[in-house]
Amino acid sequence: MVATFEPKSEYKVIGTRPIRHDGLDKVTGRAVYGADIKLPSMIWGAVLRSPHAHARILSIDTSAAEAMDGVHAVVTNADLPQAENEMVDLGEGATNLKWAVDNILASDKALYAGHAVAAVAAADRYTAEEAARAIKVDYEVLRAATNVDDTIADGMPAILEEFVDSPGAQESGHANHVKEFTHEFGDPDAAIAGADHVVEGEFNLQMVHQGYIEPHNATAVWDENDRLKVWTSTQGAFTVRQQIAAILKIDESRVRVTPLEIGGGFGGKIPIYLEPVAAVLSRKAGNVPVKLVMERRSVFEGTGPAAGGKIHLKLGATKDGQLVAADSTLRMEAGGYPGSLVGASGMCIYACYNIPNMRIVGYDVLVNKPKVAAYRAPGSPQVAFAIETLIDDLCEQAGFDKWQFRRDNAAKEGTRRGDGPIFPRIGMEEVLDAAKETDHFNSDLGDPAPGNVRGRGFASGYWFNVGLQSSVNLSLNNDGTVELVEGSTDIGGTRASIAMQAAETLGITAEDVNPTVVDTDTVGFTAVTGGSRVTYATGYAAYNAAIEMIDKLKVRASMLWSIDADDVQFEDGVFSSKSDPELSIAFKDLAGKLGDTGGPVTSTGSVDLEAAGGAYGTHICDVEIDPETGKTDVVRYTIVQDAGRAIHPSYVEGQMQGGVAQGIGWALNEEYYMSDDGVMSNSSYLDYRMPTSLDLPNIETVIVEVPNPVHPYGVRGVGEVPIVPPVPTVGNAIKDAIGIRLRETPMNAGRIVSALGS
Amino acid sequence: MTTQITPGPSRVHVRTTINGQAHEFLVPPYMSLLDTLREIVGLTGTKEGCLDGNCGACTVSLDGRIVDSCLVLGAEINGKSVETVEGMATANGLHPLQQAFLEEAALQCGICTPGFLVAAKGLLDNEPAPDEHRIRHWLAGNLCRCTGYDKIVRAVQKASAEMA
Repeated sequence: MVATFEPKSEYKVIGTRPIRHDGLDKVTGRAVYGADIKLPSMIWGAVLRSPHAHARILSIDTSAAEAMDGVHAVVTNADLPQAENEMVDLGEGATNLKWAVDNILASDKALYAGHAVAAVAAADRYTAEEAARAIKVDYEVLRAATNVDDTIADGMPAILEEFVDSPGAQESGHANHVKEFTHEFGDPDAAIAGADHVVEGEFNLQMVHQGYIEPHNATAVWDENDRLKVWTSTQGAFTVRQQIAAILKIDESRVRVTPLEIGGGFGGKIPIYLEPVAAVLSRKAGNVPVKLVMERRSVFEGTGPAAGGKIHLKLGATKDGQLVAADSTLRMEAGGYPGSLVGASGMCIYACYNIPNMRIVGYDVLVNKPKVAAYRAPGSPQVAFAIETLIDDLCEQAGFDKWQFRRDNAAKEGTRRGDGPIFPRIGMEEVLDAAKETDHFNSDLGDPAPGNVRGRGFASGYWFNVGLQSSVNLSLNNDGTVELVEGSTDIGGTRASIAMQAAETLGITAEDVNPTVVDTDTVGFTAVTGGSRVTYATGYAAYNAAIEMIDKLKVRASMLWSIDADDVQFEDGVFSSKSDPELSIAFKDLAGKLGDTGGPVTSTGSVDLEAAGGAYGTHICDVEIDPETGKTDVVRYTIVQDAGRAIHPSYVEGQMQGGVAQGIGWALNEEYYMSDDGVMSNSSYLDYRMPTSLDLPNIETVIVEVPNPVHPYGVRGVGEVPIVPPVPTVGNAIKDAIGIRLRETPMNAGRIVSALGS
Repeated sequence: MTTQITPGPSRVHVRTTINGQAHEFLVPPYMSLLDTLREIVGLTGTKEGCLDGNCGACTVSLDGRIVDSCLVLGAEINGKSVETVEGMATANGLHPLQQAFLEEAALQCGICTPGFLVAAKGLLDNEPAPDEHRIRHWLAGNLCRCTGYDKIVRAVQKASAEMA
């Protein structure tokens, strides 16, 4: 039974904008990020990577590297424990252990250019890099598949031999093209045949990277008790522990992971790449600490991007504007190993609408590109591009108003999501209503520069959010302040949002709570900072811990007053007797009397939340395009989103604006641009070209609050859904400006010029 | 083809001023200023993002001019003056930019923050009242992947107003 809450409308701490607790360290340069750690006797590692997208590894000669001055150890896959083809849970659901190990250091084959093949530990970083280059690898280069069409081309070799006989590959007829699921409800074929208006489109998306500014890093050392200590930048210390233990075949309790400050993740710092390599290098080098920091090119070429893919979608509507049918086929690129997250695409594609007849078929497509990792609402932006584009096309074809059609068909409580679940209370309708009320929606487009054209588009998006497990410990200081210990690494201000929920519950200020993120030895299990879950789930754990602290303090107050504990109530930060109005004591005053009533007061809170509150957003964008050069400027952008409850509105706005910026990059510029032989041609920030401050306008935000009934303060989770609508929003604006529909990302200058020229 | 980086004259003697304090050390001739600050001087507030001058996370001020410290050699700062994020706060408290970044929530993960602060200080030291476009133009060499720049630009505007 899931507890439900009736959130209050007035709070003392929630909804305010205190300065984040870790802010001082982060504006003074004191904060210790993963790469900043320095340990006694520490040496440096470097990784050698495959230059080929698909190649058999015939031999690796490490002798020249080993002979170099200053080199302490060289390792290859052979130095990792032998991994079998077995399914293990590495914190993100079951995965094949051999694939997980081979992605860390390739065994028989390199599956993408940038795939790690060997690693070196040496006295310093420069020596390690030189030594890595001295390793000689003999490759047999194989034909590489770099996109969905390549994988089914005649003569394309199987990327993973294990897949040739898998049921999914048998069904699709090709080893690299694995059928994952079919979701079907109603009769989509009959409904489309009977629809008055039918639209259909195929959408092509290139892989994009999360683009966090801090490269991956890891430092590891074994102690004399054979215990492994790891310092790293990660979205989940416990998930790192789980992955390291499985890959190194040791008990989780023999690994301590200390999460240092993390310089961005967006899903990409959930999987591990360097930690086991640092561990085996440390072992081989005589148990000294080894630090690895990935160079930027390898971050692009060797760590998880978001899936590209090919999406085919058909929609049918009646003449009076009811969306009656949807049929889609999703072929999403997983990279060299399975895991495109096409399942999440299937959950999201129809989630903004009530569609009575529908089908979704999902394929995981192996290609010779890096293994996909989660990227902010993974799988949802791609399918939003398809459906929000086609809904615009449908409205144009049928003469429907684009807002009214979306509003008339909007998902609400009781609507069935494409993959089956029935929605609880959600905010799609409220978000659409709020979008219609914005100044932006009702404003004129304004005049473009001479020769340029302007257009406006809008689109919606959904992300389900997750709950999962979190733990929080509280201890009360005698001045009434509270130490809060948590396991959720803080990427965007979650120390503040968690501390604020504890403070609200305890009736103290945000500044009275001191949050600390600790290592895996020091707090209970806490799942990753991902799924937009931290403010929701770890905040819930903090609430539980605070409630337990209040219960304990009621007993202390009853001891002071020699009354029954049941007679003590707590309201607005004050304990008082229900029966004797003379007896009352403020939280802070009671904290000073712990020594008289039994000593320290500590409490814990933990949660395992199956339910979460889904989030919706609607975005509005104005673009100005120079038809001669194809250059597109985003001149105005507004994001409207249901946060459930915004604990710290500044950081909610920050998540919204940041997601929009990434989404605009995805729409206009960013892509894995692959050479014919499967090597990424633009693996630097210069060539990959993420949006700079000069590329974006101020991003207007409207926070809608439809409280999530399964959270004490109504929190839904806000981090991911902002990246879902931008690609179709920008695409719809481009269509409005130039009158031509683009169905491929990125919608860059070249594509616009060629569309206008044809 | 591999090259051996040693032997040879393996260290360069450097006398320099960092955040107003005199420093003297030996640095390998191939070592970047970024690594010199982080590994030799011990100032890790300056961050590595790309090592090719495209992200600005390693921005420092060299004789009053902002540079990507990954593109400068440590040996080049001999006789010069370097300012890093660690030198922005004084005994009197935070620099107005640091305070504005906190108040405006202009950081999320914070890895780009030192570079932005040093770059923004470089702007305000020379142009006390830049408009929004000028700020966006000046900061275009610093990448932030979390904020969408909105709150960073507002924080610089706020600091500029407070320093006026």
